[in-house]
Amino acid sequence: MKRLLLWLPLAGFSFLFGIAALGLIKPADRIVRSHLVGKPLPEFRLPPLAAGKPGLTTADFRQGKPRLLNIFASWCIPCAAEAPQLLRLKAMGIPVDAVAIRDTAPALAAFLRRNGDPYDRIGDDRQSAVQLAIGSSGVPETFVIDGQGRIVLQHVGDIRAEDVDTIAAAVKGAR
Amino acid sequence: MIAEAGLAALWFAAALAALQLVLAAAAVARGQEALVGGVRPVAILQGGFAAAAMAALIAVFLASDMSVRVVVENSAAAKPWIYKFAGAWGNHEGSMLLWVTILGLAGGAVAILERRLDARTLIATLGAQAALALGFYAFLLFSSNPFDRVSPAPPDGLGLNPLLQDPGLAFHPPTLYVGYVGISVAFSFAVGALVTGQVGPAFAKAMRPWVLAAWIFLTIGITAGSYWAYYELGWGGWWFWDPVENASLMPWLAATALLHSVTVLATRDGLRAWTVMLAVVAFSMSMIGTFLVRSGILTSVHAFAVDPRRGAFILALLALYIGGALALFGARIGTVRAGTTFEPVSREGGLVINNLLLSVILGVVLIGTLYPLVAASFGVQLSVGPPFFNKAAGPIALALVVVMAAGPLIRWRRDDAGQLTGRLTWPIAATCFAAAALVAFGPIPVLPTIGLSLAAGLAVASILPVIRRHPLRTPLFTWGMVVAHLGIAVSLAGMASDSAFTKETLLAVTVGQPARVGPFTVRLDGIKPVIGEGWSALEARLSATRDDDLTVLRPQSRFFSTPPTSTSESAIATFWDGQLYTVLGQPDANGRWQLRLWWKPFVTLIWLGGALVALGGALSLIGRWRRERRARMRDYWA
Repeated sequence: MKRLLLWLPLAGFSFLFGIAALGLIKPADRIVRSHLVGKPLPEFRLPPLAAGKPGLTTADFRQGKPRLLNIFASWCIPCAAEAPQLLRLKAMGIPVDAVAIRDTAPALAAFLRRNGDPYDRIGDDRQSAVQLAIGSSGVPETFVIDGQGRIVLQHVGDIRAEDVDTIAAAVKGAR
Repeated sequence: MIAEAGLAALWFAAALAALQLVLAAAAVARGQEALVGGVRPVAILQGGFAAAAMAALIAVFLASDMSVRVVVENSAAAKPWIYKFAGAWGNHEGSMLLWVTILGLAGGAVAILERRLDARTLIATLGAQAALALGFYAFLLFSSNPFDRVSPAPPDGLGLNPLLQDPGLAFHPPTLYVGYVGISVAFSFAVGALVTGQVGPAFAKAMRPWVLAAWIFLTIGITAGSYWAYYELGWGGWWFWDPVENASLMPWLAATALLHSVTVLATRDGLRAWTVMLAVVAFSMSMIGTFLVRSGILTSVHAFAVDPRRGAFILALLALYIGGALALFGARIGTVRAGTTFEPVSREGGLVINNLLLSVILGVVLIGTLYPLVAASFGVQLSVGPPFFNKAAGPIALALVVVMAAGPLIRWRRDDAGQLTGRLTWPIAATCFAAAALVAFGPIPVLPTIGLSLAAGLAVASILPVIRRHPLRTPLFTWGMVVAHLGIAVSLAGMASDSAFTKETLLAVTVGQPARVGPFTVRLDGIKPVIGEGWSALEARLSATRDDDLTVLRPQSRFFSTPPTSTSESAIATFWDGQLYTVLGQPDANGRWQLRLWWKPFVTLIWLGGALVALGGALSLIGRWRRERRARMRDYWA
């Protein structure tokens, strides 16, 4: 028994070694996935931020038609980079709504002038409250919401040209 | 040319380490103790060549030689010289070169200074140190060559990370590394002793000064690093439980435990296997820390450039060294005769509890640091934050404080519990008095209340061993213990005070508008642009008043040109009773400026305590050294 105990430190270290080796071979996925995928959107009601555009509420997503929910900010550079892809999705007939994170009206107006405006509604989320409630950890992120207000897909990061088909297919698949 | 000379020196050092290992192995295997005369000079030379390689790297940084890759990536010709100099280790390759240089120099120092260890164990120790060095030389030469050239050479470099552009970079990493890597000597001693089976008081007495020296530097390094993070990051905190901080704390915890257990081994010939184990664990923690930092396997604010192949290389070295040492421990410690046993109520017993508690804290920090990694391998993402560490380690640390107060007042061999309680009258009284005062003065959270009360008790208890003794006739190492324990009390008081009494405000103010934080009224007098070497900044002038005493602070929001980044430079005013900490943020559209203000009563005690702990260690080291020299003189004349 005592002799076995003497090998315990080596056993403990071997376990550590295995974990570390596994961590190196298979680096952890640093993308934070929302736990709400497949579940209904949380209740929220956001005031408008852009002139002539309504704010955003959960009820807007229960109209029977799937929509995109884009989490973005005018101060976010990848958000400007993904703007052409959002416009393409809009042109394909997919409605897009947005939550603007920690933004101001003049900055947002300038952003929409520069990068185009695919949005039907933009909700003003000053404190990231709705963003966190949805389970989004950064900007930009895009959620596919079905006609009943359920989250079907979460896309973390900017939408690249090669992601457009996947997202369009997800919208088509949702009801 | 200098770069090639540096690379050559590194190859020479590696070759000498190989020679040292072979010589030592042959000498130990054949029992040729006379070979120690051959191993010593090789070890010294190896350290010399490693130092030469480091000097060459510093030289190419100082000369801004833009044909060397690390210089291009981490320096710029227009940097002040101090950042060129310190930039030599402000990057992965240079930092690893500094690491291995200290490993080589530590081996050289053992070869020069160590006279007490028996020849065979000394040879085995030097062999182990050479084996360690060899692996890390290979790591540098094959996967992290600091002398790599780029062709064609660009006109200028990319510059140093602005957060590192602080005089702290010149002192903090070398100091920390001397401790962090210096503890390798204890590891090699343990391996040497396992090979020869010579574990006893003589071994402990030989090892103690090396552990003590490394521990002093580690203490200074951690204390200074904590203050550096405190003022440079601008977050107002002094410890973030970041994986890289934990990587320095874990060897310190193990070394602290070792320091105490080695005393039991030296004085009473007890705790033989345990002491050897701790010596292995202490440096293993350093190596694991290096792996965690260098492989990028954990996310940390100390974002270093990471490369999984480098991680795999260090992990292989870890398996070889830690696995090898632990296997040697399992196989050989049984041959070491059990040491003497002792009564539960005795100095030895107190030190065993000290060791157990330190080990538990070490375990908590290790688990907390590695848990995200373990969870990730089961597909779960999570991070372990300060609340876990504070809740899990805090109460154990407070229990440790109680043991620390009582420990030095217990007699060796056996003591009487009743008499011990009698000796503890004054510390207990101080604790109760402080607790009563705190509760009466105003309710503060439970943990800080206990912390402050125990700090008062520990402060009283720690000076009891020298009370009613002639100060000059008290041995210097006793003074060392007293000062170090007092330092812990002071530091603990600072930590508890910071968490209990800190006042914080975050607000947006226009010029001329006053704000209140704690006893201060802070007014934004104005904002003006300033220019420094390699940066420009917006500087706020804040006038802080308390009871008509005016202090001016100038926090900055700094923009660096190479590489383009911005940092906030906090401004801190130190008073006898605490610090006023101010950070300037961004302006908003209406011309208001974001200000973050903290009043932190007695926060400075944290680092003052750390300095006292290190001073205590130094006194102890000098005391041991003087006593030994006197003993040697006596032997010489006898």
